[in-house]
Amino acid sequence: MSDVLLEVDNLVKHFSVDGGLMGSGARVRAVDGVSFAIRRGETLGLVGESGCGKTTTGRCILMLERPTSGRIVFDGVDITALDHQALRSVRRRVQVIFQDPYSSLNPRMTIGQILAEPLEVHGIVREKAARAARVQELLVQVGLLPQHALRYPHQLSGGQRQRVGIARALAMEPALIVCDEPVSALDVSIQAQIVNLLEDLQSRLGLTYLFIAHDLSVVRHLSDRVAVMYLGKIVEITDRLRLYEKPLHPYTRALLSAVPIPDPALEARREHTVLRGEVPSPLNPPSGCVFHPRCPIAVDRCSAEVPQLREIGSGHRAACHLA
Amino acid sequence: MAKLLEVKNLQTSFQTSAGVVRAVDGISYDIEEGETVALVGESGCGKSVSALSVMRLVSEPAGRIAGGEIVFKGRDLLKLSGEEMRHVRGREIAMIFQEPMTSLNPVLTIGRQITEGLEIHLGMTPEQARARALELLGMVGISDPQRRLDQYPHHFSGGMRQRMMIAMALACNPSLILADEPTTALDVTIQAQILELMRDLSRRLGVAMLIITHNLGVVARYADRVNVMYAGRIIERARAGELYSNPRHPYTLGLLRSVPRLDEPRRTRLAPIEGQPPDLTRLPPGCAFTPRCAYRVERCDREAPTLVPSGGAAHLSACWETSRLAKEQAA
Repeated sequence: MSDVLLEVDNLVKHFSVDGGLMGSGARVRAVDGVSFAIRRGETLGLVGESGCGKTTTGRCILMLERPTSGRIVFDGVDITALDHQALRSVRRRVQVIFQDPYSSLNPRMTIGQILAEPLEVHGIVREKAARAARVQELLVQVGLLPQHALRYPHQLSGGQRQRVGIARALAMEPALIVCDEPVSALDVSIQAQIVNLLEDLQSRLGLTYLFIAHDLSVVRHLSDRVAVMYLGKIVEITDRLRLYEKPLHPYTRALLSAVPIPDPALEARREHTVLRGEVPSPLNPPSGCVFHPRCPIAVDRCSAEVPQLREIGSGHRAACHLA
Repeated sequence: MAKLLEVKNLQTSFQTSAGVVRAVDGISYDIEEGETVALVGESGCGKSVSALSVMRLVSEPAGRIAGGEIVFKGRDLLKLSGEEMRHVRGREIAMIFQEPMTSLNPVLTIGRQITEGLEIHLGMTPEQARARALELLGMVGISDPQRRLDQYPHHFSGGMRQRMMIAMALACNPSLILADEPTTALDVTIQAQILELMRDLSRRLGVAMLIITHNLGVVARYADRVNVMYAGRIIERARAGELYSNPRHPYTLGLLRSVPRLDEPRRTRLAPIEGQPPDLTRLPPGCAFTPRCAYRVERCDREAPTLVPSGGAAHLSACWETSRLAKEQAA
């Protein structure tokens, strides 16, 4: 068994915006050549601002989007090449937790029915009584009570609903869970409860996470390694310690500097680099390095030549000519 | 420094199908001229309603300011007529909201939305107002303002729209700006741009600010003084540095321990506040935080503590066990 559970190789996903055969061919380059690997039991954080392609990357791994090109190798199998039938068994082992548990839970079903349905559909637990027992077990596993099975989603708080979302992912006994902004809709005091739960489940069940979020503090807390995305590309990938202590890409540095730390004494000492301008449109990304128009240290070469994501320290890669 | 705004025992409640919600339950705070004060708390703690009350924008008849005083420059705003209040709103106190798209009029040009207030409040001619609008767009860092003035809100990005809102808020030279989650809808690098801009302008123009937010990091970076709210009440108040280094209320302590810090060297387990925020229609008779509190004693169930000095005259906490908490923290 290979140490690597998921390998994404040069993933590209473009969307055509004016659609159809007669369209002018304008394309949104949502994901534009992304590569990374996740080891078993590891958490890889994927961080970036709106429109950087982090969610689309996650959706491709879930095969909710067909990649334009590139390979996604899950447990040794390239899933982009699989047909519908073969995908079904892979889907069981790759689950997802969404940002807004309310919109991803059927309001007309009880929590018990929501959790029992996938067990039945996928034939994981065939007997009804055994299914009910498994539902109870799942509820307890995520810190809810067995009697929550009888409630409807609207009768639960946001934090409890997210626990149901997690239980539903666990029902399939997955190897990999794609967590797409799982705590950003929750209040601060509840966020910490869910973060701790995700950590506990990982160590208890040996889960592997792809943790997608915009909140760098949460991502860094949960992840072993972090990949920073900007305009469809990974600009830097490294372990959590070096990300904070030795960021190499100017975008990573700006992102770190923009996140305020809850400590006024420290904040007064910190240098605050404020980036100019805004993220350009992925419809028409800048030439060369996509970050060059906003980069505080850009040189002529940056607008002409695309920097490759290259190894700079051990396990530390950055896509910057000047790194 | 002189007090610009003094809120005294403000009570704002809403009639709902589930009963009366006392969204703001007797809070008092003040803002000095040119100062930046924060109201922090989680959803439903009453922080936004307390700002809307200052502007007298609580939607009636469901909502009602049931008592208290809001003294602004020596006048109680709650005693002003509707007409008098209109002269305060926008001209002396301005407000910035979280979602700029819903607070800008989609069918009016940006220029018109800025000049309208100038013509009404300051009696400017259209030409004067346009010149002032151009100046304001420059101040908030919008390039090519001549062209931008004739565009509509949908032509702008989220960050640019929030710059517009700031330009509109500054238009009549107010002495106080209430900013309700001004950057929550924005990306982090844009959030940094907007907050730096706000701080810059408030210093340069001497405008006082009330920042309402759930983000403890934003408070740490920008506020002079902080009020922490829970279930309609202020439970702790201190200078920002003091609050973070020396919290005197179990809820504040809990909040600080439950957020991961970007600079944590090792992965340390977060210490969340257990349980759920309270149901505001059924608040307990004592302290609303009791069911989730690690420091609770028997008295907390019966009697609600008031905000009293705890460790210096400027550091207040509403907790019966604040001295025990302080001792444990010091140890």
